Amino acid sequence: MSVAIQFDPIRLPPEAEALRVEVRQFLKEEIAAGTFSGRGDRRPNPEFSRKVGEKGWIGITWPKKYGGQERSFLERYVINEEFLIAGAPTRKHFTADRQSGPVLMKYASEEIKQDILPRITRGEVSFCIGMSEPDSGSDLFAAKTKAERTDDGWLINGRKLWTSLAHESDYMIGLFRTSPPTQENRRHGLSQFLVDMKLPGISTQPVLHPNGNHEFNEVTFDNALLPHDYLMGEVDMAWKQATSELAYERSGSERFLETCEVLFELVDFIGENPDVREAEGLGRLVAQLHTLRRMSISVAGMLHAGKEPVLEASVVKDLGTVWEQALPSVARDLAAFIDRDPGNRLRFEEVLAHGITIAPKLTIQGGTTEVLRGIVARGLGLR
Amino acid sequence: MGMDEAQTLVADAASRIFRDLGDPQTINAAGDDSWREPLWSALEEAGLTTAWVTDELGGAGAGIGSGFAVLRVAGEYAASLPLAETLIAGWLLEMGGIMLPGGAMSVAPMKSGDSISLNADGTLSGSARAVSFAADVDHLAVLAGDTVALVATADCGCSEGRNMAGEARNNIDFSGVTPLQTAPVRPGIDAQALSLMGAAARSMQMAGALQTVLEIAVQYAEERVAFGRPIGKFQAVQHNLARLGEEAAAAIAIASSTAYTVEHLEDWSSAGVFLEIASAKIRVGEAAGEGAAIGHQAFGAIGFTKEHILHRFVQRLWSWRDDFDNEAVWAAELGCRVGAMGSEGLWHALTAA
Repeated sequence: MSVAIQFDPIRLPPEAEALRVEVRQFLKEEIAAGTFSGRGDRRPNPEFSRKVGEKGWIGITWPKKYGGQERSFLERYVINEEFLIAGAPTRKHFTADRQSGPVLMKYASEEIKQDILPRITRGEVSFCIGMSEPDSGSDLFAAKTKAERTDDGWLINGRKLWTSLAHESDYMIGLFRTSPPTQENRRHGLSQFLVDMKLPGISTQPVLHPNGNHEFNEVTFDNALLPHDYLMGEVDMAWKQATSELAYERSGSERFLETCEVLFELVDFIGENPDVREAEGLGRLVAQLHTLRRMSISVAGMLHAGKEPVLEASVVKDLGTVWEQALPSVARDLAAFIDRDPGNRLRFEEVLAHGITIAPKLTIQGGTTEVLRGIVARGLGLR
Repeated sequence: MGMDEAQTLVADAASRIFRDLGDPQTINAAGDDSWREPLWSALEEAGLTTAWVTDELGGAGAGIGSGFAVLRVAGEYAASLPLAETLIAGWLLEMGGIMLPGGAMSVAPMKSGDSISLNADGTLSGSARAVSFAADVDHLAVLAGDTVALVATADCGCSEGRNMAGEARNNIDFSGVTPLQTAPVRPGIDAQALSLMGAAARSMQMAGALQTVLEIAVQYAEERVAFGRPIGKFQAVQHNLARLGEEAAAAIAIASSTAYTVEHLEDWSSAGVFLEIASAKIRVGEAAGEGAAIGHQAFGAIGFTKEHILHRFVQRLWSWRDDFDNEAVWAAELGCRVGAMGSEGLWHALTAA
């Protein structure tokens, strides 16, 4: 085949399915204990992250000497999807577990690893990702925020924008300009850094969602000084370091389950005896979801096998985010003729409104639809 | 967990045969049926038409996974042959322990709602709609309740009828027909199992065809120059083809997963098997519609001609969606089951499939 898109049939191994039983039991107990209230509970919840840490489920794939369990990526996959389905409040540890921890593992000094990684696994510290800037969103390589090497450390000046949860984060993995781009390579000159958000010279301003929610921030660096060893990896070469990170970031269940509570509430709202219109609509949604899950697990299997399925991950993210974005509108149509209340009408209406409200951002964050289709087109040989 | 070595060998053998004797360009240019006999004979000689029948019953015994690998290749070439039909008919006869009669076959029923039964006097009652290639084959494998029957097509009432690709799709009247042979079907095999097997097979053929539509569309976009550059350099075209690539990827992913499920299944009536195969027929059917549309858009006017091969793929993609029930019918049945299981049951079903 000249077009190399590959999705092998992969099934999760028995140890992952055994862990699923354990995770479901844990979530049930935590809901019963009032740690969180189930789907729709969107409050920050450090207590929950601490308990997940106690179970050993943050950084589960990492080496034991850094607090990990040395278990497989497919086991992490199961924890992630069960947490998403239950609406578990993971925001304190989610980013650190998915991508910041792995960056530290790869590039940080031994001292930093010993210091920070175990605290991540205990659910004690949270990370944000400092990529976008006022003049650099999808075009990441236009980033201007500067890191200058001085005798005392790296001096940071500039602004990051759309930084999710920066106001609740202890650390950032930031992308800063250490040299100008070269004629041959406009991606050259950016470096990755660890940032301690409590350092002097760093301030965070909220940028609210249209509904008033506080997720995004503007982070300003005014002569903030980072220790020399906060440079992650090679200076000027960040563009080379992000490849495998992207495959992890783009192929997970969070790329199609973000609005799934709408589907689950819809199923219960429609009830046991759907009419043919409702049934056909539900059936299509479930078939689409099942297919996305199969594709996502296929990518997880490839990552587990040490491959870098960047193209396949982009396919999953584009299909997945477009699907989860449309889901609330499809559910709204399917529910239009229901005049009974099986007991969850209010809840359905609440999650539906929430889903419709957040839908626009799903195809923007973490790589826009346009960027992803460009990557897929390149994979097809068109660019 | 992809194709094992045996399946790869079978797929390679099928690819060689189709490349040599089933090239869509050659067939399209010939405009007659002269290609059909040599291609079918080569497939038969290689044992690819009877992959799903053990050698004791006259088959090649290549196994379920190998049969699906052949169907994917057949889809890649938009093969206008009763290959899936013969494979499924062979599988059904095997479920009754009936020896293969030899040659091409088809299978009935193909639509939910059609039912055929065996009378006390040994004749059949009932009919089946839109049986693919029925008029072209000598034998039909028929599931009549819990009986497998081998029937001579010539003994049945057979209507005229063609699908959008011009292939025979006949309504068959079985009333009063005495089968050549009957046998009780193996426990656990029923009309739904047959329908699932058919849906899985068509899903794989469609996935193969979509893969080729993608390949030829990308190739065309690289070669065709307009406004001073290859049209594949325009971002609008790139994004359309990326969408086509994603639909093809979804189809290949779920069809391959379904083949894996069928290869390893123990119980045709399990909820997970239904979820898997119904999802494939629904999602691949959707991809077929979307993919055909994007493919045509990429080729512009030349793609909308008889001389171009695109129609061989598109017309079959459209038609295959309807065989063994279309995506709307499968979705309505799946949706009823989802309603009955409730939200918690749904997630358990998805993760257990």
